[in-house]
Amino acid sequence: MSVHEPASVKPPGPQTRGGGLSAASRAEIDGLRERYPTTEAVLLPALHIAQRQWGGWLPDEAITAVAEALDLPVARVYGVVTFYDLFHQKPVGRHRIRVCNNLSCQLRGAEEILEVLHRELGVGEDEVTPDGRCSYVHFECLGSCDTAPMMMVDDEYHENLTPNRVRQVLKGLK
Amino acid sequence: MAAKFEPVLTRNVGKPEALTLKGYRQLGGYEGLAKALTMEPDAVIDEVKKSGLRGRGGAGFPAGMKWSFIPKGKDKPKYLVCNADESEPGTFKDRLLMENDPHQLIEGCAICCFAVSAATCYIYIRGEYTKSAVILERALKEAYDAGILGDNVLGSGFKLNMYVHRGAGAYICGEETGMLESLEGKRGQPRVKPPFPAVVGAFGAPTVINNVETLCNVPHIITRGADWFKSIGTDEKNTGPKLYAISGHVDRPGTYEHPIGITFREMLDAAGGMWHGRQLKAFIPGGASAPILKPDQIDLKMDFDTVAKAGSMLGSAAVIVMDETTCMVRSVARLSKFFNHESCGQCTPCREGTNWMELVLDRLEHGEGTERDSQLLLSICKNIGGQSLCALGDAAIGPVKSLVDRFPEEIEQHVRNRACPFPRPRYFENGA
Repeated sequence: MSVHEPASVKPPGPQTRGGGLSAASRAEIDGLRERYPTTEAVLLPALHIAQRQWGGWLPDEAITAVAEALDLPVARVYGVVTFYDLFHQKPVGRHRIRVCNNLSCQLRGAEEILEVLHRELGVGEDEVTPDGRCSYVHFECLGSCDTAPMMMVDDEYHENLTPNRVRQVLKGLK
Repeated sequence: MAAKFEPVLTRNVGKPEALTLKGYRQLGGYEGLAKALTMEPDAVIDEVKKSGLRGRGGAGFPAGMKWSFIPKGKDKPKYLVCNADESEPGTFKDRLLMENDPHQLIEGCAICCFAVSAATCYIYIRGEYTKSAVILERALKEAYDAGILGDNVLGSGFKLNMYVHRGAGAYICGEETGMLESLEGKRGQPRVKPPFPAVVGAFGAPTVINNVETLCNVPHIITRGADWFKSIGTDEKNTGPKLYAISGHVDRPGTYEHPIGITFREMLDAAGGMWHGRQLKAFIPGGASAPILKPDQIDLKMDFDTVAKAGSMLGSAAVIVMDETTCMVRSVARLSKFFNHESCGQCTPCREGTNWMELVLDRLEHGEGTERDSQLLLSICKNIGGQSLCALGDAAIGPVKSLVDRFPEEIEQHVRNRACPFPRPRYFENGA
């Protein structure tokens, strides 16, 4: 049995331009087939893998490449991509910041965390900083209500935030 | 009983050795699985039935009964799907279990698979829980290497494969049939029931779907017996240890393990009481879907049936506490925004209704509401309730109805003042 580290844990690979799925991505996807009785079931993991290859989002060519690899209609894959919040159809920053502002975090100051990000990064939600470094969005509950307010930077949780801690975290992002 | 209660599910939290197979075994791990493998599968189901264990994901359905619905025999494939899609606002207990004691979950899953003769288990984990997924993958590898999973589980001849399957950000995939659709590589839109998953589940085969916490109880029930499990709790129908995730305006938010049926007051005390010593204004006993309760229910026993009788639900036991400074309209507006965002769009009453609820609550909060808005909200609730395929619609109306029923004066104030009467709280001084 091959152990499959969740796709987004690995650092993003170089952005692909017109090359379709890389050999590594393809191998990773093929390695997952034995886990499921249908090829279709590989779609979500395959999209995670493709999104990593394309630097955090899924341009049309990525969607087409995954559809071809799994022998699925492009429309089916597109329908799945648009359903899930973690799949992006427009470019994102090298670092993706998600701030939970659902009720438990709202009760502990999440709105102020969003204000700090807006001030420090100088862009609105879902926009990328001019240097391509960061993008941020508010997000539904991330399951860290006891350490509110919190945000997720790429795959890492930053908890018990204060405006100063947010500024520190931002400084550490290259 | 509370004084003598020893943690069961969280006993290994804070013991880093539990993350390794060796450490987990030294702490008594996999004894439940070894014992189960010496029993008849039906005897395992009976023991779980006898324990009274009810699903910890929200619905509280008896776990053993769910298992017994699976057709017998080994001729056709069957599946266990562990629901690790913990997305209910306010809930964070399953993450604690997965990050601190992954083998406990694997053991629970393995016992369930043996009991229902399932050869494959998928742990469907929400896409955001990357850390939990990595920890579980490592633990699974260790379990395979040690022969706890694979072709010959602990030398018993029982074959079992177990995989982590990551979601991609959708609350509705925590609904059991939405989860199955998602597992199969589709949009997570819930299915028409019946047929129920026990008959037609994952890939068309009979399937058990249980929550993480539910399955983590199983090794202990097998090791220590149903009678021990039943000795904890309120009554025959509310048994065992329970994780309560408490957040919001309490001094020490966190996951606390108590015997099921502890009162809200006791739970609040265990969490250090109210934040900054303020007054309790409202609490949600079971996650965003549960109707909001007022302080007059402070002595409520937090079990399935008592909370239901009080007009709310225990749900996933995610307790959100709000103090006197909280605007209830703003709070419920936030929850409605959530349900609107997460409605899968399949059923018109839920898709349109959740949108209207958000709009009406938002205008109330911004001082643009009218005196008819309370009635309008109730009318929307009436048109959503019971009108959609899954429980999301009903969940969405819970907080809204309780706002109108239990906090009418606050809605009136918003209308009369043409503004929110509560100053917007600032949590951090001088931007620090």
